[in-house]
Amino acid sequence: MNRGHEYRKERLDRGIKVRSDGLYSLMSWRELSYLTLPRLILICGLLLLPVIVPGMYWQRVISIVCIYALLALSFDFLAYHLGLVCLGGAFFLGTGGYITAVLNATFGLPPVLSIPIAAIAGGLICTLLLLPCIPLRGVYFAIVTLMYPLFFDRLIVALDVLGGTDGIMGIESFPGSQAQYYVPILLVLVCLFGMRRLVNTDMGLMFRAVRDNDQAVRASGININIYKAIGVFIASAMGCLSGACLVHIYMWAGISLLALDFSILPIAATVIGGSGTLVGPVLGCFILVPISELLRAFGTLRIVFYALILVAFIVVRSEGLMVYAQRKYHQFERWVKV
Amino acid sequence: MSNPILDVQDISKAFGGVVALNRVSFRLHKGEVLGVIGPNGSGKTTVVNCVTGFIRVSSGKILFRGRNITNKPAHKIADMGITRTFQIMRPYYSLPAYKNLVVPLFSPRARRTGGWGGGGKLGDRETVGIDILEDIGFERDSYIPYKLASTLSTGYLKRLELARCLSLNPEVVLCDEIFSGLSMSEIASMVPLIERLQDEGVTVIMIEHRLRELFRVADRVMVLNFGEKLTEGTPEEVMANSAVQEAYFGSEDILEGLDYA
Amino acid sequence: MDIIVYGIINSVSLALMALGFALIYGISRVANFAHGALYVISGFMVWSFLNTAGLNYFFSILAAMVVVGVVGALIYQFVLIRVRGMPVSEIIASYAIGLAILEGFRWWGFKGMTYTLPVFVEGGMQVMQVSVDIHRILVVVIGGAIVGVLWLFTHYTRIGLALRGMAQDERAAMMLGIDSDRMAVVSMAFGAMLAGIAAVLLLPLGNITVDAGYNVLILAIAVCVVGGLGSWMGAVLASFLIGFAQILTEVYWGAQYQMVVALLAIILTLVLRPSGIFGRQKALEERV
Repeated sequence: MNRGHEYRKERLDRGIKVRSDGLYSLMSWRELSYLTLPRLILICGLLLLPVIVPGMYWQRVISIVCIYALLALSFDFLAYHLGLVCLGGAFFLGTGGYITAVLNATFGLPPVLSIPIAAIAGGLICTLLLLPCIPLRGVYFAIVTLMYPLFFDRLIVALDVLGGTDGIMGIESFPGSQAQYYVPILLVLVCLFGMRRLVNTDMGLMFRAVRDNDQAVRASGININIYKAIGVFIASAMGCLSGACLVHIYMWAGISLLALDFSILPIAATVIGGSGTLVGPVLGCFILVPISELLRAFGTLRIVFYALILVAFIVVRSEGLMVYAQRKYHQFERWVKV
Repeated sequence: MSNPILDVQDISKAFGGVVALNRVSFRLHKGEVLGVIGPNGSGKTTVVNCVTGFIRVSSGKILFRGRNITNKPAHKIADMGITRTFQIMRPYYSLPAYKNLVVPLFSPRARRTGGWGGGGKLGDRETVGIDILEDIGFERDSYIPYKLASTLSTGYLKRLELARCLSLNPEVVLCDEIFSGLSMSEIASMVPLIERLQDEGVTVIMIEHRLRELFRVADRVMVLNFGEKLTEGTPEEVMANSAVQEAYFGSEDILEGLDYA
Repeated sequence: MDIIVYGIINSVSLALMALGFALIYGISRVANFAHGALYVISGFMVWSFLNTAGLNYFFSILAAMVVVGVVGALIYQFVLIRVRGMPVSEIIASYAIGLAILEGFRWWGFKGMTYTLPVFVEGGMQVMQVSVDIHRILVVVIGGAIVGVLWLFTHYTRIGLALRGMAQDERAAMMLGIDSDRMAVVSMAFGAMLAGIAAVLLLPLGNITVDAGYNVLILAIAVCVVGGLGSWMGAVLASFLIGFAQILTEVYWGAQYQMVVALLAIILTLVLRPSGIFGRQKALEERV
């Protein structure tokens, strides 16, 4: 770095990136693989993980990672594609978890039904409850969403409903261990690529416009609250989906579903993985959650650990790993004389 | 005379104890250009904000084609055809210029009316967006329409603001200082745009500090001072009004002021 | 009578908890979500100076104030300064720091055994036919005094006026030669010390626990949000509102509703009037 003032760093797109931009990339294996290899590695890697990792315990950890990855995806989408920073991921997770718990334990619906119903119904309920907050901006929305899970946590304890502090027990697990490992992984893949699709559609364009500049969208005769509500529904449905899966893995639903862990770890994963990239948060979870599992023996030290990592990343490398990796993949850097 | 298209009656707005607008009224007929001038803090932008529904008025009434639009939500007012530019330019920074126009073209009004010059039919939104940009002075075959909005210069951003309004096929456009910060030649190329709007029957309200250009395009000029309407009339009448000279230029000669403006 | 006396005590306690948060937000527009952690740190510091280092009560309080003030300043100087102007990052960063401190305490063995501070003065007395501990009376008296001193400080001293100037318009203050970052450090230190004072006054009434940190943070946010973020007088008035609401629900419904009331107050205020009941409305900034 210290090469004096007369040098500056120049970044240029790699030739292959430019060549593989259009339809012609289909003509050459090299360019085709440049485009598809990262995606294939991600998909195959995820699908192979349950086979590779040793033992039940780590297979279970992979499922938990996927739960967090869905939450992180929902946070990333809301914060960086819609401009609503939601600090209450636990609220989504808890809503989905409790709904599936009630459906399964009280009404006896099998997981095949209870999980999708919990995702859709939970998404609707979360959206309805957040509807009054949707016009709020920035800090106000962040604070109010941070308070939602805490509020429902205390309310459930105070009213002693939904099992109170004991929670709801006797919930069916996934049918078979293979389903338990692969369902979350497949959900993550579907959601990830679905979201990537979504942000490139006209709807995604509107979301980005709302994030960039809500006033101009209003001045264009568009009701932004509708778009914000749709975005919140998509994100909360994803969060509820993760909660529903988690409940069926744990076979238990309780107020710890609303714990701050579920709000803060996805945020940490997003910051570490690269905010706004959608893939980054998922990878961030694959880094953070296993490490925090390794530290489980040290009790709450793992929270200290990932809180500190979060601070370090915010302060030192706020772009995140994924943005860094993408830049290295697509561009080369060199020092040029000025 | 026919019914006014926009009829603003006695609107007032107070922020806490500060009175930003005090019983301001004006009327506009189809195809007119009304200039609004006044010193800084005289409530010009507040007029725009009130008429377009971005802030609620404390009292008074705003009629558009005889319909009461007072304190309606901003997007509904825009949907009726009253659009505005922002003094602080507000493009979608992370989108290329032409995609900035896809957003308004996606709005219900644009889909209903076909967008600017769309003749009631909206084709591919991105192409229409580039057409509008070309119309408003972006060189079509250059790379400029494809540049990220965050890298555009002030002149192009101001045009982009105007283009956003036009893509809605508006009936009334409120321009909040679209000439400020532009070079003389850039302004010179914008003036015909305003004149063309007028020819096509669009009603324009222009808030401006550049009096020379404003007086060229405006049919009537309204002067605001400390939130009150000082006077209104043709550019010549306003220029001759001593109260205006006093408020706007202090004791200086108005023509001297014009040179500085 | 009970309700009035305990309502006042509860309200003053809330005001004490919230003042530090309100001060920092009021001056540097940083929502310090590490507030609860600073509160617990000061309680713990006093305890360890008292029991481990064997200082007397007064000096351990003094030492703890210094320590917590320095911690507050360090948090700003090394972390928050990097994310200045990005409110949400500020919240996430300060919250993560608070989380790290609090959970660090929990891991370090801050559980099981109870940590308590002695009350200043033993005994009780009758106020309006209600028996109250003298310490609670002291809380009200000292709390009132602190609010008064703060008011005088910000209205009549140079540094106080500089702080108020920055609160009103940071850029204008910078142009007048007020270093906004230094003022923000000072405000963080002051705010941390206020959290410390609250801890020293309030913790003798109960145990020092990690969860107290989270509760204090929620209560402080509740008071500041209801009173209007950035408005100090609003915060004081709001603490009375929430204080009495809490006591009333406790009497008529049960103690477990106390936090529910505070959280509901936050949510309702933000939904209905984000600038708070007593705050100045900035319609275009807070809502779309």
